[in-house]
Amino acid sequence: MDAPYLILDWWQVALASLLILINGAISASLRLKMERTLAIAAIRTVVQLLLIGMVLEWVFRVERATIVVGLLSIMTLVAGYTAVQRTPRRYPGIWWNALISVWVSSWFVTAYAVMVVMGNVQQWYQPQYTIPLMGMILGNTMNGVSLGLSALIDSLDSQRDRVETLLALGATRWEAASGPIRQAVRTGMIPLVNMMMVVGLVNLPGMMTGQILSGTRPMHAVNYQIVIMFLVASSAALGTVSVVLLAFLRLFSRDHQFLAARLESSEPPR
Amino acid sequence: MPQQVLLEARQIGRRAASGGRWLLRGVSLRIEAGQRMALSGLSGSGKTLLLRSLARLDPIEEGQVFWRGQSIRGVRVPEFRRRVIYLHQRATLVESRVEDDLRAAFHLRVNRDRQFCLSKILRWLQWLGRDPDLLQRRSSDLSGGEAQLVAIMRAVQLEPDMLLLDEPTAALDPQTAEAVERLVDIWYQQQPDHRALVWVTHNPEQSRRIAGRQLTLQQGALIEADS
Repeated sequence: MDAPYLILDWWQVALASLLILINGAISASLRLKMERTLAIAAIRTVVQLLLIGMVLEWVFRVERATIVVGLLSIMTLVAGYTAVQRTPRRYPGIWWNALISVWVSSWFVTAYAVMVVMGNVQQWYQPQYTIPLMGMILGNTMNGVSLGLSALIDSLDSQRDRVETLLALGATRWEAASGPIRQAVRTGMIPLVNMMMVVGLVNLPGMMTGQILSGTRPMHAVNYQIVIMFLVASSAALGTVSVVLLAFLRLFSRDHQFLAARLESSEPPR
Repeated sequence: MPQQVLLEARQIGRRAASGGRWLLRGVSLRIEAGQRMALSGLSGSGKTLLLRSLARLDPIEEGQVFWRGQSIRGVRVPEFRRRVIYLHQRATLVESRVEDDLRAAFHLRVNRDRQFCLSKILRWLQWLGRDPDLLQRRSSDLSGGEAQLVAIMRAVQLEPDMLLLDEPTAALDPQTAEAVERLVDIWYQQQPDHRALVWVTHNPEQSRRIAGRQLTLQQGALIEADS
């Protein structure tokens, strides 16, 4: 069967790999001492992608719901973990908050995409759709969650006296924290809004270019990309709002107290 | 006639955030209507913690705080804090202009039934010999003492029953400190039988001027001086 795209043979991949020598030459001539790192990075690129390729081949071949859901779960766990890794300060329970937010928002949006928007797929778990969709949604949701969480912690930290003053005057915890909460949600949503503003003008999204490379007609690829943009934007917004609200509930008690002592630095004390 | 007990702390205790030693333990205190207390003690003896615990601003690990005989939890906390206002040593203004800052207190849900009264503020400023232009200034341009005066006006305009003052004059020049004392006294004298205050101070003279009851905190325990 002829594929509608050019299949690259191993020697063609090897030809492209030769280009890494350019990086190596630059490093050597400028004495950047990056040769070793470059070599490791190049090897990791090949090994990691081959491994995931094999996993995907297998998942696509067996096409079983449990396996697809298992793979999506692992991807989600990694996204939740990574979202917290980037925050400057943490509090007990932050991992759960990030994981729940990433999980609920990205799975809800992916489910909506596969079951409603693309209601005509053969099976709801068809890996050809669920895995790339979830991958793109998770990546952006993770960014939103991580940005929102960091922004909330930062602004609660810098506005601590203001928050405490409002509480002392009889503000509810919500009234006292609503400024930092709004700021955090806005921060989490900004990158995607910016991206939606310039998409197609400044860059061609990777997914769309990928489809075009594999022989899809540009207008068909564009339709996919429009769908993706809205999926990604809504999931990131949902994830950001939920992580900020969960964090708020952890950092403010029912007795309208700001539990600032729960915030600790993620770096070991010096 | 015995005075009504406004605020009562029973055996309250608080641990360090890391969960280790007790910063405050077994502290019991009754504050009756009309009482003015001075609280002293070395740095780190737990004065701020005690005041914040009384205002229910921090969680306590042991004991209970009662307001007029009832424990205060959940939705009743904001209403309680409108009546018992804690004032920080360093005043923080929440709006960028002084008058807006004074008005901001009335935007809180718990104070919606009340209205900002400009003439009252202007009267106070006059009594304190301060220029009414203060209200139009930017919060960030105020000195520490001016900010403290605004913070106290912001609190007393709400007509609280009790003030918990955490070294409000420690960093101020004598004149401003006196203005702070007068402002608090104006508030107290409006209803001297129904109001009460706790004032943290290291200054024995100030302590005698403002209070009838002297308390000292030592290593997280409360000691009462003879009155």
